[in-house]
Amino acid sequence: MPTVIVNNKPVEIGSSEKLNCIQAAERAGDTIPSYCWHHDLSVVASCRMCLVEVGEKKPDGTIAMQPKLSPGCQTPVKDGTVIVSNSEKVLAAQKATLEYLLLNHPLDCPVCDQAGECGLQDYSYNYGRGYSRLQEPKNIKPDKDYIGDQITLFTDRCIMCTRCVRFTREISGTAEMQVVSRGTHEEIDIFPGEPCNNKLAGNVVDLCPVGALCSKDFLYKQRVWWLKSKNSVCPGCSTGCSITVDQNEDVLYRLKPRENPQAQGSFMCDEGRFGWKYVQSDRRLTTPEQQSAGKTISKDWDVVLSSLTTTLADLSDQKKSGTFVVAISPWATVEEAYLLARFAKDVNPNARLAIGPVRTVGEDDLYPKDIHGRPSLPTKFTIRAEKCPNRRGVEAVLNHFQGEVVPFSSVLQEIDSGSVEALFVLGGDPEGWISDADAAKLDKLKLLVVQDLLASPASGKAHFVLPGAAWAEKEGTFVNHNGLAQAIHRGLRGPEGSRPDGRILFELSGRSGLFHAASLRREIASEIPELAALGVGDLGEFGVSLSSTSKTEPQPVG
Amino acid sequence: MPINPKDIEWVEEPAMNFWESTYLPAVFDGLRTTGQHVADFHPVTEFYPEQKPNLPSHYRGVHRLNRDDKGRVKCVACMMCATACPARCIDIVAQDAPKDDPHWADRDKFPKSFVIDELKCIYCGMCEEACPVDSIELTNIFDLTGMTRQEMMFDKEKLLSVFDQTKDTVGNPIRTHKGKLGHASDFTDLHTLGPATTVRADDRSAKANSAGVIE
Repeated sequence: MPTVIVNNKPVEIGSSEKLNCIQAAERAGDTIPSYCWHHDLSVVASCRMCLVEVGEKKPDGTIAMQPKLSPGCQTPVKDGTVIVSNSEKVLAAQKATLEYLLLNHPLDCPVCDQAGECGLQDYSYNYGRGYSRLQEPKNIKPDKDYIGDQITLFTDRCIMCTRCVRFTREISGTAEMQVVSRGTHEEIDIFPGEPCNNKLAGNVVDLCPVGALCSKDFLYKQRVWWLKSKNSVCPGCSTGCSITVDQNEDVLYRLKPRENPQAQGSFMCDEGRFGWKYVQSDRRLTTPEQQSAGKTISKDWDVVLSSLTTTLADLSDQKKSGTFVVAISPWATVEEAYLLARFAKDVNPNARLAIGPVRTVGEDDLYPKDIHGRPSLPTKFTIRAEKCPNRRGVEAVLNHFQGEVVPFSSVLQEIDSGSVEALFVLGGDPEGWISDADAAKLDKLKLLVVQDLLASPASGKAHFVLPGAAWAEKEGTFVNHNGLAQAIHRGLRGPEGSRPDGRILFELSGRSGLFHAASLRREIASEIPELAALGVGDLGEFGVSLSSTSKTEPQPVG
Repeated sequence: MPINPKDIEWVEEPAMNFWESTYLPAVFDGLRTTGQHVADFHPVTEFYPEQKPNLPSHYRGVHRLNRDDKGRVKCVACMMCATACPARCIDIVAQDAPKDDPHWADRDKFPKSFVIDELKCIYCGMCEEACPVDSIELTNIFDLTGMTRQEMMFDKEKLLSVFDQTKDTVGNPIRTHKGKLGHASDFTDLHTLGPATTVRADDRSAKANSAGVIE
């Protein structure tokens, strides 16, 4: 195994791994500061922050160091490479580099949105001088009026790392951004009349190590140190990007991509990034209701749930197959699908289980694009056409309980033909899963139960309405297009009156105790062979692939 | 653990002598103190509200929001005060400054709304210390009253009016950078900042009087 020596510590790297000094130092637990380098982008070595001493250990044991400092991002390591990142010389270089970067950087941290998560702040604190010796006026470039619908550029704060330029060239392929002028006049700009409006544009805000590129959606909404983050999964499409949900006082402010090589890499699309506003919609269902003949009988959770239990228990008398149908949306988590499917089969073994409408829009959108807007290989990011997060997970549950997956369209046909008496819908799709015309067919039902996020034509007709929670407000598991099961966590509390769907179904099933996702995952894994990988309980930060058959010991949950 | 009896020291009350047991010396001692106060007349009562108290200039009363030299609110809505506030009584909603308005050309961000709950406030002055642009200051107005709780929620206009009312009064000076924004948004005439950290003894360049010259 090749061995690299980082600050006198030997680190073994894989024989086929291609690492640079920054990555090798990370393995050794040391940090080499850097701005322009990003592992998904090409190397330019322009910020000079990662200057380190590099040398080589010869087979005879002598060490030959290079006389001058080398940028760590641009220097690949091999067996015997010696990296020194904590010598006087390196520390002096870091100090000097930061002083130069700060020469023209306005110290407007109080008004800058990046303050608190700023690379310049952090490195100035850790490696910098703490004060400036510049006595001349700063070179302040005017801000750009408009560079895109979602992003804004404060030119004066830019340190010219060109991460954004490389992102639009290499990942989105749209190449809207560029460096104009030279020397001290150098600045980031768009081509005239070509704003940066591609579907991945929001990522340049995350990539920007300083506050030059800011998200218009989040601009000045919150200071970042007030935000509390929880790991979650973007429900926008079946790619299942790993994200963090950032909230303060139960108000969701932004979603940020979380690096997960198994899911999507380091980025996320703008549809997902800004497409969560329905969570705070006025159309959210917030009161449980029991309706009969147009009159509201109760709006109390306890009353509604208990009378729903008795109503559904009456269905068990009907032994005819197919009169009780349960439709589970692909927006439901695996746990909810399992609880509801199991409950339905307990109530009436002849109950039919269907999957809710699986919404697809267009075709998979592959990035990077070439100059004609056609995807070019290798694909680095995909926005999938299937706009739901958990079709595979729900299908796995339905296949187990019934051996087949009934599409929602055939359920609607059966309802139209009058062979269905009762329908329980577990919704969650914010775009609406039923049209007015289809909702008219539901009038033929004797019993309609709608558990959903937003008001829909169906919830108006329902005999029982159960207000559920948005994905950011509940615990559970989503299985993405590739069979990667990832945990979503309760980042914030939903509006008063709504309840997490898992809890509603848990109480409806008459189970004792509280809804606990990890315990349920273990129960599901022991019962459904296809989902055996969930047996680990805690899916960790990166999720577990369903195809992984390794039996892991159940971990204690805390 | 019980206390070791060896560690306990019993103190006995000293026995009283004959005169002490009559209690007369103690009575006369008390009368003497009373007599001293009767003879020595120094009133401490203040005739408030006819006579206003003379408060020290560091007295912490109602907040004010300072104006800059153009009459705009000096606050840049950085929310440092709201972060520092231990009573969590400050609520700020920020907005980006109108780009096309020359009046706001040199500003990026300003408070759309700035509300201080004066009933929640504990008048500790942390907001004043946290403010990087010397916008929020505590005045020596102490006698604030209101008929409703809503009245005591001081919004931006009210806090600015406190500034207008107090800027020229004695004991309420505009303490720092009169009329100007602080360092943070002073782009054109930026002062060399003093060392925020301790300078190492061997860092000669840091101690140089002018840049590029090392003594």
